Amino acid sequence: MYTVSSKLKLFSFILMILGAIMLTYGFMSSHVSKEEVEVMLAEEASHGGAAAHTDEAHHGDEADAHAVDHAEHVMHQIHNRPWAALYVGAFFFFMIALGVLAFYAIQYAAQAGWSPVLFRVMEGITAYVLPGAIIVLLIAVASGTIGHYNIFLWMDPEVVEHDKIIQNKSGFLNLTGFIIRGVLFISGWALYRHFSRKFSLAQDEANDNINFKKNFRISAGFLVFYIVTESIMSWDWIMSVDPHWFSTLFGWYVFASMFVSGITVIALITIYLKSKGHLEFVNDSHLHDLAKFMFGISIFWTYLWFSQFMLIWYSNIPEEVTYYVTRINDYKLPFFGMVAMNFIFPLLILMNSDYKRIPWFVVMAGIVILCGHYLDVFNMIMPATVGDRWFIGVPEIGSIFLFGGLFLLIVFTSISKAPLLAKGNPFIKESENFHY
Amino acid sequence: MEAPSKVIHALYTDDDILMAAVKKVKAAKHQIEEVYTPFPVHGLDKAMGLAPTRLAITAFLYGCVGLTVSVVMMNYIMIEDWPQDIGGKPSFSYIENMPAFVPIMFELTVFFAAHLMVITFYLRSRMWPFKKAENPDVRTTDDHFLMEIALNNNEAELTALLEETGAVEINIVEIEEEQH
Repeated sequence: MYTVSSKLKLFSFILMILGAIMLTYGFMSSHVSKEEVEVMLAEEASHGGAAAHTDEAHHGDEADAHAVDHAEHVMHQIHNRPWAALYVGAFFFFMIALGVLAFYAIQYAAQAGWSPVLFRVMEGITAYVLPGAIIVLLIAVASGTIGHYNIFLWMDPEVVEHDKIIQNKSGFLNLTGFIIRGVLFISGWALYRHFSRKFSLAQDEANDNINFKKNFRISAGFLVFYIVTESIMSWDWIMSVDPHWFSTLFGWYVFASMFVSGITVIALITIYLKSKGHLEFVNDSHLHDLAKFMFGISIFWTYLWFSQFMLIWYSNIPEEVTYYVTRINDYKLPFFGMVAMNFIFPLLILMNSDYKRIPWFVVMAGIVILCGHYLDVFNMIMPATVGDRWFIGVPEIGSIFLFGGLFLLIVFTSISKAPLLAKGNPFIKESENFHY
Repeated sequence: MEAPSKVIHALYTDDDILMAAVKKVKAAKHQIEEVYTPFPVHGLDKAMGLAPTRLAITAFLYGCVGLTVSVVMMNYIMIEDWPQDIGGKPSFSYIENMPAFVPIMFELTVFFAAHLMVITFYLRSRMWPFKKAENPDVRTTDDHFLMEIALNNNEAELTALLEETGAVEINIVEIEEEQH
């Protein structure tokens, strides 16, 4: 049995407290009034935009009216920033847990012979699905009820009133439907996770394979449920931040992102537990397989990223291309930086078969992949909420600390609640002797 | 090195026995010239102490060549030689129009990596359509395994050793000088 070290507990508490403080600071410092924004914009203009300003001056009244509008727009962006930062962090850690849950279900449904020694690690990570998903849904709903529609524009009745496009989508995009769907998704995922964990623990003591068979069946069922709900979840929780924009492969794209980050976290936690001597039965062939998945799914993510980008870039239809115009104009570094981190780096680092067996190599690649997929979520949420007023500063890092700490605490507590070897699994012998 | 004029052929009918025999012969410090099997025997190369293949490294390099060829080719054709406006696509520089070239860059990388690696494999393993088959015993393509060991005036000792390993048949063969 693994017990959470007090050091790890302390570390995650410090992370959470530090993150909470940073976020509080982020919320307080973002409370700017319109006058303050106007002063700020005037200062910015006197630094670099002098030429643009004189040009604007010729327009007289019209330019003044525009400047007021502009100040209000910027003020909203500044107000949105801590909300968006909170949401990105919450979604990132939730998506890791959900990605692991999908991977776990696939291992059961495919009756994989190599992975049962890792099942308890995966079950530990998926413990975060329920709290993580609830947090994401609560932040989303709170932004539209106690907040000022800081993340989802379509929750603002005033905006919808003047927006024909959103009005036409309001049959799907309305708060009641959003909440009902969210609760449905979360209960489905949490139920599968609850029962698969229960059957997996029961199998340890069983004399027959009845629990394993049950797990096999519910895993297959869950995968069908998962792919439908994951797709709708990605429209609800992510794509609807840009309510004027749509893309058909978006659900797959979000799936690839959560799948690869989930597998990476399995590898990282496995390496950590093994280095502490808790997983003697995990050998470097298991690590090799995980690293192969990290490599392969990284390329799959890139394939979807590029397919989405290239189709829109190539046809250049105004109503869909704005999505990439804002990203390339205002988010050049994060947008293309994440392709380097999520594709080129793992491609070159994890191509060699020998490197996939070296823990520190996998850890290094894993950290870069995780940072890259944080940036991926960042690139999906931020342009719609804060526009060009983005920065990875106090609220963003605070949010990573807060949810990172919570994630570590929940995951390691859950891992410590059951023996690390799922000894009743019919494939456990094969998995222990797995050799590639 | 002068090739031995005589070799010993030990035949086996089971891959597990063959593996054990290879290990035993290796332990007794005899040089195994070749092992003929009807199908891949997992771990045989390791037991024989063969060096790992470098075919994957060549494939990576060929892929790099393919990528370079595609980039140079399309940069010359589409950007430098005749930069036409085709449907408003920006042909001012390679990077501006790159997304349209990626499918070709990808395919040529795979094409070069795959085909040149296969050709390398054929060259290194000396395989071509009218090649004379080098098969010491026809049964090795069906259900027998054959281990070939060089003889240096130690026939009796080696035969005894091989008989111990469970060989079903042991033949001593003169080599006709036509091998490489």
